[in-house]
Amino acid sequence: MVFPDFQQLSFYSIIHRMKRSIHILLFPLLFIFTDSYAQKTFPQNGVFDHREGIYAFVNATIQVTPERSITNSTLVIKDGKILNVGSGVPVPGNAVIYDMNGRFIYPSFIDIYSDYGMPGPASVGTAPSQRPQMLSNKKGAYMWNEALKPEFKAHEAFKSNNEMAKGWRKIGFGAVSSHLKDGISRGTSVLVNLGSGKEHEQILKEQTAHHMAFSKGKSTQNYPSSLMGAIALIRQTYYDAQWYSQNGKKEEMNISLDAWNSLKGLPHVFDVRDRLEILRANKIGKEFGIRYIFKGNGDEYMRLDEIKKSGSAIILPLKFPAAYDVSDAFDAMQVSLSDMKHWELAPTNPGRLAQAGIPLAFTLHGLKNKGDFIDNIRKAIENGLSEKDALAALTTVPARLINAENIIGTLEKGKEANFIITDKPVFEKGAKIHQNWIGGEGFILQGFGEEAPLDEGIYDLKINRKRYVLHIDEKDDKLSFLIKENDTTDIKVQHSFKDKILSLSFKEEDKLIRLTGTASDKNTIKGKGYDAEGNWAGWSIRPTGKTLIPEEEKKKEEEKKKTEVQLGDVVYPFLPYGWKEKPEAETVLIKNATIWTNEADGILENADILLSNGKISQIGKELNVRADKVIDGEGKHVTCGIIDEHSHIAISRGVNEGTQYSSAEVSIADVVNSEDVNIYRNLSGGVTTAQLLHGSANPIGGQSGIVKFRWGFTPEEMKVKGAAPFIKFALGENVKQSNWGDNYSIRFPQSRMGVEAVYDDHFIRAKEYGKLKRSGKPFRKDLEMETLLEIIESKRFVTCHSYVQSEINMLMKVAERHGFTLNTFTHILEGYKIADKMQKHGAGGSTFSDWWAYKYEVIDAIPYNAAILDKMKVITALNSDDAEMSRRLNQEAAKGVMYGGMTEEEAWKLVTLNPAKLLHLDDMMGSLKPGKDADVVVWSENPLSIYAHVEMTFVDGIRFFDKERDLEMRDEIRKERNRLIQKMIGEKSKGGKTQAPSMKYQQHYHCDHIDDEMGEQQEGHQHEDHHDH
Amino acid sequence: MKYIIHIIIFALIPVCLSAQQVPAEPQSEPILILNGTAHLGDGSKLENAAIAFENGKISLVGDVGTIRVDQSKYKVVDATGKHIYPGFIAMNSQIGLKEIDAVRATRDNREVGSFNPSIRSLIAFNTDSRVTPTIRSNGVLMAQIVPEGGRMPGQSSVMKLDGWNWEDAQYKADQGIHLRWPVPFRRMGWWAAPGPIKKNDKYDEEVREIKQFFKEAKAYGESSNPEITNMKFEAMKGLYGGSKKLYIHTNFAKPIMEAVLFAKENGMEPVIVGGKDSWQITDFLKEQDVMIILKKTQDLPVREYDDIDQPFKTPKMLSDAGVIYAFSLDGAWEQRNLVFQAGQAVSYGLDYEKAIEGLTLSPAKILGIDDKTGSLKNGKDATLLIVKGDVLDMRTCVIEKAFIEGREIDLDNKQKALSRKFTKKYGIDIDND
Repeated sequence: MVFPDFQQLSFYSIIHRMKRSIHILLFPLLFIFTDSYAQKTFPQNGVFDHREGIYAFVNATIQVTPERSITNSTLVIKDGKILNVGSGVPVPGNAVIYDMNGRFIYPSFIDIYSDYGMPGPASVGTAPSQRPQMLSNKKGAYMWNEALKPEFKAHEAFKSNNEMAKGWRKIGFGAVSSHLKDGISRGTSVLVNLGSGKEHEQILKEQTAHHMAFSKGKSTQNYPSSLMGAIALIRQTYYDAQWYSQNGKKEEMNISLDAWNSLKGLPHVFDVRDRLEILRANKIGKEFGIRYIFKGNGDEYMRLDEIKKSGSAIILPLKFPAAYDVSDAFDAMQVSLSDMKHWELAPTNPGRLAQAGIPLAFTLHGLKNKGDFIDNIRKAIENGLSEKDALAALTTVPARLINAENIIGTLEKGKEANFIITDKPVFEKGAKIHQNWIGGEGFILQGFGEEAPLDEGIYDLKINRKRYVLHIDEKDDKLSFLIKENDTTDIKVQHSFKDKILSLSFKEEDKLIRLTGTASDKNTIKGKGYDAEGNWAGWSIRPTGKTLIPEEEKKKEEEKKKTEVQLGDVVYPFLPYGWKEKPEAETVLIKNATIWTNEADGILENADILLSNGKISQIGKELNVRADKVIDGEGKHVTCGIIDEHSHIAISRGVNEGTQYSSAEVSIADVVNSEDVNIYRNLSGGVTTAQLLHGSANPIGGQSGIVKFRWGFTPEEMKVKGAAPFIKFALGENVKQSNWGDNYSIRFPQSRMGVEAVYDDHFIRAKEYGKLKRSGKPFRKDLEMETLLEIIESKRFVTCHSYVQSEINMLMKVAERHGFTLNTFTHILEGYKIADKMQKHGAGGSTFSDWWAYKYEVIDAIPYNAAILDKMKVITALNSDDAEMSRRLNQEAAKGVMYGGMTEEEAWKLVTLNPAKLLHLDDMMGSLKPGKDADVVVWSENPLSIYAHVEMTFVDGIRFFDKERDLEMRDEIRKERNRLIQKMIGEKSKGGKTQAPSMKYQQHYHCDHIDDEMGEQQEGHQHEDHHDH
Repeated sequence: MKYIIHIIIFALIPVCLSAQQVPAEPQSEPILILNGTAHLGDGSKLENAAIAFENGKISLVGDVGTIRVDQSKYKVVDATGKHIYPGFIAMNSQIGLKEIDAVRATRDNREVGSFNPSIRSLIAFNTDSRVTPTIRSNGVLMAQIVPEGGRMPGQSSVMKLDGWNWEDAQYKADQGIHLRWPVPFRRMGWWAAPGPIKKNDKYDEEVREIKQFFKEAKAYGESSNPEITNMKFEAMKGLYGGSKKLYIHTNFAKPIMEAVLFAKENGMEPVIVGGKDSWQITDFLKEQDVMIILKKTQDLPVREYDDIDQPFKTPKMLSDAGVIYAFSLDGAWEQRNLVFQAGQAVSYGLDYEKAIEGLTLSPAKILGIDDKTGSLKNGKDATLLIVKGDVLDMRTCVIEKAFIEGREIDLDNKQKALSRKFTKKYGIDIDND
């Protein structure tokens, strides 16, 4: 770059744009540049103009590191690097010297989550119109999956872009680490300066980090369509890479796996969409000995303790939600409480993370208007972030995270000459970044303003003999001039100040008075001008000594601070009905209740039950024991908790990985969502345990997550420890894609005949895999085969979605051929047709009470199914598969009485003991027996009645639901909403930004749900719910 | 007793396991039901009731202790310890329009296009549906059959759930026109990447489109002799004269108010269908005298922070405010669980008799057939049920007899037959009724 561009020269245009008129230029030089870094390898066109590029900035307050600030000091740079820094350091004779007059110098900011200079993400090819794409469109010896591109190298694709860089420079950034934001593995990032020159000189470090995400990006391939699929794909890739480096390379050439292995030593940056995904990715990291750096989402404070435990650093977008426009009561009602609370608490997130000791870097990612960046930092600082941590998050921490701390991040000797010059401490309100030096290239963003000749106060303005009271007020760095006529009338005075000359003009009775003068002393101006009559007049401004006392404003300011201090609680989970404190187990004695034991004792009248240490301790008459809590059970019924064998609540981003006919490698356990209000609603229906199942889109589905509804706990804490592993299989219309439309006719199988082939083929392959594994020969660890092997070895049990008798029979025969027992048929609506065969095989059934006619294969479903299966000694359960029905499974059990005349005791077991048996959990739960888990429900009456209400639900002796407390919480929710609405209205009236109300989407999965959940996040399209049962 | 009925049924149709139930013959002799508890449907009940009906009409409703009746003239049914209810009416249902949800060939519930007021559900009603008997055996004896889809899916009719053909089964033809009001909030994103639910920015435009359509329909109706016949506008004529009701499907509070005011201003009689958030504006609804076909009670709350039992207690809130509403739930086969929508509401504080009213007289009022049916009252149709146990509670409910216009309905169905087939195969005994 030989000549400075016009924009940088154009101080006048900058000044014009500025409201404050008092400016002079301190720097005689408009632009500082040097061509000393021009590409050495390029031919010269014209006269060689080499400059030393030695500059000394004297008299500055220099923030060398976030911890160390030195005053009256000097910074010397040469050839784009820092030559020296300190007080009294020698200034080379040939240096250009700039006097900073006490101004402030900081290291320029660094953003390590940028896509500056990257090509726009693009799909490799086009997806087949409306039809599935099974493999990658990318030609060449790359991975089979299009979303994995570890071979991408950002430094090879990087193109510097001065126009874009300008936006970054303006707000103080000097260097960014850029990567292509596309795909699950995104290859490496490159660290570049934001200077104006060619790529050759801007690249500081060619490979800074490996970037990953739980998002397919522009990949048009179907797999993975779910978060659990993405997790499995990442894990499998780690294993594939191990295999490849050991033995695989002999078998195939794979550029992607080669690249993957070569990235090992780099930091790994993982993009997540929410707090739970940090925990999920962290689990992957633990498995493979990697500690990821996370690009967070701003909601980390909602699970702070667990995130802290992960030990990971967070790159935080500095984006805070705007207040909702809640002026319409009905519209406001649609805004979720969590969104409202997050609006209030989001600015406290950076401070909370920093205080927890989590290494923090900031990114502009996701910020629509870069100009909001510095305001948001200030907001974070007002909300508990220290200035030191803020600065570190913009300089040293990002530098360290990408192992570039020896290049950038501080103003120490030898580092890049990347620094900004400000008029005030950078985070102070109104501070301006005047210059940004990058690699020794100086960018002047705005001239230094001249110190105003007049301070805030009350002055005496005299024009000839006429006197006026002049108020000068300073607000947000701008002076306003007002003439006070009397208590009610003010005259606005226009003013401008340039080159030490002050011009004033104002109207008096419609006639203009114009004055021009210069400062003789501080706060004293004298000059000449025209008075209202057009007479040439002398005038002056002198201080009266009186000051403006904005008492009211001060009070307001204080009050504002007070109200801001009043913040809502962080609750767990961050939802309505969340806990402020983690609940603990109590010793509970329930007296004189009707106790449904589900044991030989049957239903005990007027009996007592004691819960202690999370277990059922005693059951009997007139127990004489001490307890923390004694409950009068008079008229009440006590049962064990309901167990839902088939549930899809509490699952994040996709219930099906139905893009392949087998997805045995995926697991719902990886995507348990502790932040689903349906957990609480289920507890209010007496449900304490559920099997969270993969959907039914493919014959071999995914592994289950078996959880207790420990509301408020983390996904890991919700899982039932020691539960037997399960996997979902599926038969019939869903797996042959019968109801997905005519475009879905590609994936094998398309008939029940093909379904059998899938199973046989997979089990044969799994057996061969097992043989190879045991042989000691090298093998590629295959997560899908590992799972199938567990099934054959009876270490993992199958729950199979099934409807018609032929397929049920078929699968039992397949299992028998391969030497295992099919544990559970779920749905099993035609089970009654082959109950004898099921009994003989040893399979259980988990069915619906009365669903039918929703698809062809349920045309023969009957509500007597459960009663017949039960009578035929098949272990039989009733399940929900539905977020609504699951909270009244007690009523579904009663339908066993209604249809088929089961006894009440046996009917009750359909939702308790029997599902416990099906899940191999009956040694822990499913009945009331001393020693079993204290998963206990207190009912207002016979639990099979539609009139029965749950009064309390205990899980492990912890009272997770209590009707009385629920009523109190409703009241608290109302109060909290009201407080936040008032606060938002206050924000709006202050002129703050607002956004239109929106509702939180509550995803309710069923097993046929096949939406692709791994695409990019986007808005803008209107959406009609596409969903069938 | 039940066992005996089985034997009789077996004797009559010994081989036809999935045989269709034969429509009942007209009432041949007067019937007197004695000593049961009669839930009259109008919000009251009568213990020790004597209820008589002949030629399909109720001829007597009274207290056994005070009424004198010559029992020899009747076939007497002893209902001691049992309950008598008017037949339940399924509202906003697709019975007979949808046989198997996922099989396109069996669906006749929606048409192409947005404004279809001339479309009639009546003629597509399948009297031979195998689903209908499974609904009927749970006490639903009549139904409003409503087309779906688009802005104006068409016209509904009231059908009896027993008949040889649709003409035979019709109770009130083309009694209402349905309008699906625009939604104020819509989900953003697309199916592959669902976004948040945001304000529908086309809402005003969509409402304008409706208003324009209605304006033009009205103008058409007022002109004495239109040059070109417009079927759609012809169908709309009854709306302004009051012979047809306007059923507006909408759930949020503000659109409900907007829709009601729009209908009233234009001289139409609106009924709200859905009304999930109707509890927020009970005063308005009462003031405007608007009736509601309420979305299912056994539902999840609309919003995360809503009271967890909000849908359960909405009926009580409406009832307390004096708003007339009917229970309902969407779909066809699902209607077998209609009664439990009312049971759930009783569980959450609603008066029992008022709950029964919400399944009987209130729906009849909404459909404009309350002069003939909907309660146990002298002169009304003998459409009623005899139930052992509490019909609203699955724990005790056993429906023993059902009459439509005095005709005793076959309560058998395909599912019971299948159950018999396989229990017989296994040699086991379960209660198939």
